[in-house]
Amino acid sequence: MTKNYVGAVLIIGGGVSGIQASLDLAESGLKVYLVEKNPSIGGGMAQLDKTFPTNDCSMCILAPKMVEVARHPNIELITYAEVKEVKGHVGNFRIKIQKNPRYVDEKTCNGCGLCAEKCPVLIPNEFDSNIGAQKVIGLPFPQAVPAVYTIYKDFCIECRSCEFVCDKKAINFQQEPQEIQINVGAIIVSTGHAVFDAAKKSVYKFGIYKNVITSLEFERLLSASGPTQGHVIKFSDGQEPKNIAFIQCVGSRDEKIGNPYCSRVCCMYATKEAIIAKEHNRNLEITIFFMDLRAYGKAFQEYVQRARDEYGINYIRARVSDIQEDTKTNNLIIKYIDTVTSEYKKFEADMVVLSCGLVKQNNAEKLAQILNTELDENGFFKEKDLKTAPMDTAIPGIYICGTAQGPKDIPDSVAQGSGAAARAVIPIAEARGTLIKEKIFPLEKLVTIEEEPRIGVFVCHCGTNIAGVVNIPEVVNHAKSLPNVVYATNTVYACADDAQTQIKKAINDYNLNRVVVASCTPRTHEVLFRGTLKEGGLNPYLFEMANIREHSSWVHTHEPQEATERAKDQLRMAAAKARLLRPQEEKEIPVIPSALVIGAGISGMMAALNIADQGFKVYLVDKKSEPGGLLKEIYKVFPTNGYSKDVLEPIIKKVKEHNNIELLTSSTVKEVVGYIGNFDVKISREDQDILVKVGTIVVATGSQEFKPNGMFGYGKHPNVMTQLELEQKLANHELKNPKNIVMIQCVGAREENGRTYCSRVCCAVALKNAQTIKEMYPNCDVSICYRDIQSFGKKHEEYYEKTQEIGVNFLKYEPEKPPSVNDGKVLVFDNVLRREIELDADYIILSTPLVPTEDAETLSKTLKVPRSPDGFFAEAHAKLRPVEFMSDGIYLCGCAQGPKDITDSVSQACGAASRAIVPMAKGKIKLEALTTFVDIDVCIGCGQCVKICSFNAIKLKEIKPGISKADVEEVICKGCGGCVPTCPTGALSQKGFETIQIRSMVKAFLEE
Amino acid sequence: MKYPKIVTFLCSWCGYGGADTAGVSRFQYPPSIRVIRVMCSGRVDSAIILEAFELGADGVLVCGCHPGDCHYSDGNLKAEKRINDLKQILELVGFGSERLRLEWVSASEGAKFASVVKEFTEEITEIGPNPLKK
Ligand code: FES
Repeated sequence: MTKNYVGAVLIIGGGVSGIQASLDLAESGLKVYLVEKNPSIGGGMAQLDKTFPTNDCSMCILAPKMVEVARHPNIELITYAEVKEVKGHVGNFRIKIQKNPRYVDEKTCNGCGLCAEKCPVLIPNEFDSNIGAQKVIGLPFPQAVPAVYTIYKDFCIECRSCEFVCDKKAINFQQEPQEIQINVGAIIVSTGHAVFDAAKKSVYKFGIYKNVITSLEFERLLSASGPTQGHVIKFSDGQEPKNIAFIQCVGSRDEKIGNPYCSRVCCMYATKEAIIAKEHNRNLEITIFFMDLRAYGKAFQEYVQRARDEYGINYIRARVSDIQEDTKTNNLIIKYIDTVTSEYKKFEADMVVLSCGLVKQNNAEKLAQILNTELDENGFFKEKDLKTAPMDTAIPGIYICGTAQGPKDIPDSVAQGSGAAARAVIPIAEARGTLIKEKIFPLEKLVTIEEEPRIGVFVCHCGTNIAGVVNIPEVVNHAKSLPNVVYATNTVYACADDAQTQIKKAINDYNLNRVVVASCTPRTHEVLFRGTLKEGGLNPYLFEMANIREHSSWVHTHEPQEATERAKDQLRMAAAKARLLRPQEEKEIPVIPSALVIGAGISGMMAALNIADQGFKVYLVDKKSEPGGLLKEIYKVFPTNGYSKDVLEPIIKKVKEHNNIELLTSSTVKEVVGYIGNFDVKISREDQDILVKVGTIVVATGSQEFKPNGMFGYGKHPNVMTQLELEQKLANHELKNPKNIVMIQCVGAREENGRTYCSRVCCAVALKNAQTIKEMYPNCDVSICYRDIQSFGKKHEEYYEKTQEIGVNFLKYEPEKPPSVNDGKVLVFDNVLRREIELDADYIILSTPLVPTEDAETLSKTLKVPRSPDGFFAEAHAKLRPVEFMSDGIYLCGCAQGPKDITDSVSQACGAASRAIVPMAKGKIKLEALTTFVDIDVCIGCGQCVKICSFNAIKLKEIKPGISKADVEEVICKGCGGCVPTCPTGALSQKGFETIQIRSMVKAFLEE
Repeated sequence: MKYPKIVTFLCSWCGYGGADTAGVSRFQYPPSIRVIRVMCSGRVDSAIILEAFELGADGVLVCGCHPGDCHYSDGNLKAEKRINDLKQILELVGFGSERLRLEWVSASEGAKFASVVKEFTEEITEIGPNPLKK
């Protein structure tokens, strides 16, 4: 029976999580309406200069995604618009949207920018945090999607010069708000956050002293495309600052101003801003005043360490009580309490940056009312269940993701974006594919290798990322001098939407049959440009890239002339190869609609359920005899203090009863061969081999608790135990009337070498167990010796407060002076008394990190997927691909990727499920086009290649009686080219990497 | 010769990734290399390496995935064998094998990539320009 469900989803908010949700949904057969209140999508991430902890340029990684959204045939982008009314229910919501007038026609405007040039009125630039100025008509930022101008009517003097210069006649002062009505089956709220208004924290004198600025303003100052082109200046005199102080937790962890929660990202973004500022000016002094340093994510701890050691950034644990300005110098005198020593101190800086927290979106209440959903006490959207349903709301069919649900960083937002997509499809899965259309590309121009190449070259500035070092005009001129280059130009951002238009136009205007882009790495951007060629009517393989950023401007920063030479050489080599490129055909093969999920802990089970609920078969494998993973060994969960079995049991039950899930316990994955869409998996179960065929694989193998043998008497003394061991004892009421319990944090974690990372959950675990102890044994004293309390999750800060209120004793220690254990007593250095104090302890509890499981190494070999230096599995990209591997068709989630709590594991699990569903829902994937091919006339049938191919992709085939020739099976060939060098006659060739192409590059370099 | 000319073949998954990571992390290294991307180090032909030397390359560097990490199972081992054989030939003909180098660099080893280039460049500078250079 069909229920007439609508196969479309409304996504409210086009930041990075909304973008991710849109792409996942559109790719898996749903029609998407993406509504954005601003003139462009991009959200908060678009305003960032760099991202932590890789210092990736934020816009560079975001822009390709924005372009993908714009060009997706199944995403309808409705910008500068607001949702006004929602009626109906899951499966069939009726929505009214108001589209605000831009006074520029979206269909006609081609983003040429003449209007802004002519516009005489300047207004503060909101995108630049109001530091710089922009015209009344403008784009919020150069890479805006859509690249359509907007008139900010409130400021417009209606001189009409824009109307006069616009030869497209796109300006329309008569535009009225427009009402749009749509029907959708589900809704995702990804409206993001706002930034705390620093003026509300009056002691910091923001808005009064010129040199007190916000972190977002500082970010824009750092940005090469910002108001000062990346020059950090003081607003008092326009001079470069010499001594900057960052103040953390402005508008967060602050009960008084009504924001008790931790904003989760500020410690890291402050560290990033400090590092980038130091990179701009090595002589700068930077001090960060912080409460607890929350560097809990993958490679965060190491990032802070580098900030300290390599960049000399100074961190002071403090609470700032006041800031005064020296009226002569405009310098700022910061009064603070050093919270390590409890001393009052002063510090003079010439610039103060306030690390403002993330707060609820301004229109959250209004939207919640329209949707009839609830907000939490801090104004973020409230989830149905914080632990197991963080992206569901109480209303069926309405989901949330990203910072709309609570502060979080980019990868967590992206994971939730995907996760919300998976959740949204489940109720309407049957309507999948009913409203979508295939993209129609223009007819491909016929290009043969014989005809004269006509190459177009585009050299990217990447803001100042490249242009700040490499002499772009020189590179463009060099390109013009090369044979067959008929067109060469520069472009500020080659990845921006308008640059794609520019490339397509050039293909047409100059009748190009090859395109070369000199910009960044093909590993992330080749796909984008190939798509542009396709849209421009050229075969996507007639494209070549020269990497002049990662491989030139960023690595020869201090030798601009040499960097320019390298850029010219790499470009010349790319052009030489381009001349010889041939068009290639992309074939498609079907995808087996079933998945393998490895690991049946909470992450694996949630991933399996989300895939199975969308109608796909799942094989869920676990080495243990029962599902449940690490959570099975846990007594209670934070911050709700519910029993973990109450979380776990319903999920196990669902898994066991699900028709689409085949649970294989006591089983291990032995062998995996094949590729996305077609994996052959050998599972061994009690000496028996089971063979299954799957289209995708999710790794959810979890982690285990580190056993600190030999540390603090662990292993020798029965009363020294880990947190997990304590939980067992608490569950069984085995502690014998304890009077004093001491917990020590970071045992075997955040080390200088080895386990350098923060394990992210141990602080919350300690708080939870301390609370449980206090509840069970009210007279027992509990002390926690800690380095930084990491209570960054939703409701965690409040949980920490509560732990303090019930009388748990917190003692801060520095890594240089760790606690020690002597004769049943714990000795801790008291920073205030400046001497060691003794704590009685009936039990000593060690908080140890989660470490990779023992089989992680084997599994990484079996699947050929990498691990990060910490031993956990390595995701494809730290920011934008958090739940997938670099290898297509294999995904990851939960603690297998790095320590995390249930909420974050579930978010990732749903995210990984969504990513794994995409190819299965599409039902087909494109084959590798760049396979090996054989020149039959040259092949002598010697069979060398047959022997060397690791995939058995080549066979000898009898073409005439007695004459055999090599034959490549294209479905199996992975396009490594490993066979080519073995061919004695040169009959073998790899498409796109032909010997003459590679030789042409060598020659182009050396023969110059 | 301010900087030697080093033809550098990087596999797309690890070597090229390592070079990208060096860039992202701003690890500086001498501007001596010019990169040719191949899908796997196993694609690199001895004939092409020889041609590079004939055309005057001062060095040839090949970077692939660590053993066991090759995206195509064992292309890197194929490369290792070919390059070792080629080194012997280079020794035999009196050209010497120190201008040819194979290194394993993973996509996360930006620092290693930078130091490999730095060291190799220093060594090549030490031995001087390619005598075959016209
Ligand atoms: S893919 Fe890197 S060596 Fe084969």
